[in-house]
Amino acid sequence: MRAASTNTSSAFVGLDMGSSRSKVVVIDQSGRLLGHAVRKSGIDFSKTARLCLDTALAMAGAEFGDIAHAIATGYGRGNVGFVTDANKTEIGCLARGGHHFFPEAITVIDIGGQDNKVIKVGAEGQRLGFKMNRKCAAGTGAFLEEMSARLDVSLEEMNDLARAAREMIKLGSYCTVFSATEVLESIRHGKPVSDIVKGIFYSMIRRVLEMDSLTERVVMTGGVVEHNVYMVEMTAEIIGRSVLLCEHPQLVGAMGAALYARDEHLSASAATETQSNRGE
Amino acid sequence: MAEQSMRRKIRATELMNKIMSDYFYGLHEAATTGKRKVAWCTSVGPAELLRAMGFAVHFPENHGAMLGSTRMSTEFIPVANASGYSPDICSYLTADIGSWMKKITPLTKAYPGIDSVPKPDVLVYNTNQCRDVQDWFSWYSKELGVPAIGISSPKNVNEVTEGQIDDVTRQIEALIPTLEGITGNKLDMDRLRDTVALSKECSELWRKVLETAMASPSPLTFFDGTIQMGPAVCLRGTQEAIDYYKVLLAELEERIDAGVAAVEGESLRIYWEGMPVWGRLRQNSELFATLRTTVLASTYCSSWIFPSFDAKDPIRSMAKAYLELFIVRSDAYKEQYIKGMLEKYRIDGIIYHDAKTCPYNSNNRYGLPQRVEAATGIPSLVLSGDLNDLRCVSDEQTKTNIVAFVEQLQERK
Repeated sequence: MRAASTNTSSAFVGLDMGSSRSKVVVIDQSGRLLGHAVRKSGIDFSKTARLCLDTALAMAGAEFGDIAHAIATGYGRGNVGFVTDANKTEIGCLARGGHHFFPEAITVIDIGGQDNKVIKVGAEGQRLGFKMNRKCAAGTGAFLEEMSARLDVSLEEMNDLARAAREMIKLGSYCTVFSATEVLESIRHGKPVSDIVKGIFYSMIRRVLEMDSLTERVVMTGGVVEHNVYMVEMTAEIIGRSVLLCEHPQLVGAMGAALYARDEHLSASAATETQSNRGE
Repeated sequence: MAEQSMRRKIRATELMNKIMSDYFYGLHEAATTGKRKVAWCTSVGPAELLRAMGFAVHFPENHGAMLGSTRMSTEFIPVANASGYSPDICSYLTADIGSWMKKITPLTKAYPGIDSVPKPDVLVYNTNQCRDVQDWFSWYSKELGVPAIGISSPKNVNEVTEGQIDDVTRQIEALIPTLEGITGNKLDMDRLRDTVALSKECSELWRKVLETAMASPSPLTFFDGTIQMGPAVCLRGTQEAIDYYKVLLAELEERIDAGVAAVEGESLRIYWEGMPVWGRLRQNSELFATLRTTVLASTYCSSWIFPSFDAKDPIRSMAKAYLELFIVRSDAYKEQYIKGMLEKYRIDGIIYHDAKTCPYNSNNRYGLPQRVEAATGIPSLVLSGDLNDLRCVSDEQTKTNIVAFVEQLQERK
């Protein structure tokens, strides 16, 4: 949707409809985050999007009618037509959002529910290239969920368990199923769960790092790193330099979508104004 | 705007369908009546020799592509897998052998009355494509009790040497006695010269057809090319192929004169490196059209251009032409070739198809995309997929990759 209003209190919405989680943000014209929400995507993207939107709007103190423009991204981006028919890929939105928080030349590493992305962004925010993981789920959030079930520990516990590890098991396989077998072998040999979880984190990081080379400044995004900050620390240790993290890494894609919505709205408004001034 | 309306159909295709139909019915007649001997030939095997000796020539790779584009391959590949042919090897091979095992062919639906691929009297390969073609023909040789003979080509050829040409020339000559034994007739060198001359003319016309894509907007797409190449693959060495490409070329030149685009509103020009995803031709074609992006040139379609055919020295020129094939060449040669194509067609971005079961046509695996991008500044994308095995294709990931790549290229414009 594109409302006629161009006043500065207009709200811009970004919806990142991921395969695992849906994320919605509401920003103002200056790009300030006013409201946000995250839910499991489930099987009804449209309904989930609406529920997230309602929560984010309430947090922002805004109403549906205040939305000047909205853009959807992510796997289910085509399923939120009730609010927008405009969409962008999550790769574009992650680049836009990542550069918003870190306006310099960066590599964005996004660990998502179903796929991983490594995106190179230039100093001016221009996309230079990207890689998505191949077909295998190893290294993605889905892999972590599978391992959580195997170990009978919740996703929420994994970060602290990994941090408490004294040693680390080694997982060698690309394949989630083969990795699960390796985990079972460690369980059978009585390895502590914490060492296993740390090994799982390490394996996920390796899978991502082998996708592409990294530039000097590295930003990590996505729900997996938001809830497992220890994974970011491990990544920094492996690559030998600090990793940048914004306040809400899981919302970076949705922020990018909202920023695109704002930019599109402002340029459309500017074009309308120019035409009016010319008396067209 | 409806997606389909953004892609323009080529009028000449109707004529092509007619000559391809005649070709397949001709093969069927040869196989069922015994009026002519049938040879199976790899796509850049010695088809000129076979045709000059009077064989009706069937190309199993063409049948493989038909299995892929009809998506029947998904039914037959597992049959071959279960019989011991790995899911990791050529999915033309596994689809084709699986199809034979199940006694089902896409030819039946396309050409009523044809119930089987034409049974061969001889199988003739050239490993310039890959080693899999030899294994493929060996299977049929055992299954049907017919000879499999062929040419073993060198690999990683940088510059084609006289020594390599001598070697392949001798190998082609060595095929002749066996083939004469099957037909019962001596090779007529004049007829071979005529056939090579016809192949040369076909190849030149096909080159001109593909080079119409140098125009902006391009009058044809890579996806059109994969269909229009039928006569260049199956009928090179015949007058029918030449007559067809004259008609097609005239239509494409007419489009150029009128400024008619294959993809309405062409805003980006893409080069495709690697095999087509046969079972997703339409989807990919429509997706690019909605993005106002023309995939307009490819290594694949250009691989049926053979500048070296020479009627004055037919066998030696055949050897040279088969050795100059892109797939046989070194990475250093391939890099130069691709750079030349990017410049020639004024390309905005290049897509490498990493086909799971076709390492020989997946040129992204030894750092080539990075080298080409560093040298040209033209962005690249690698798509994971396969030519025929749709188990290796993720539609959603493919779409996200393509749309994101187009977004990236548009930002650069």
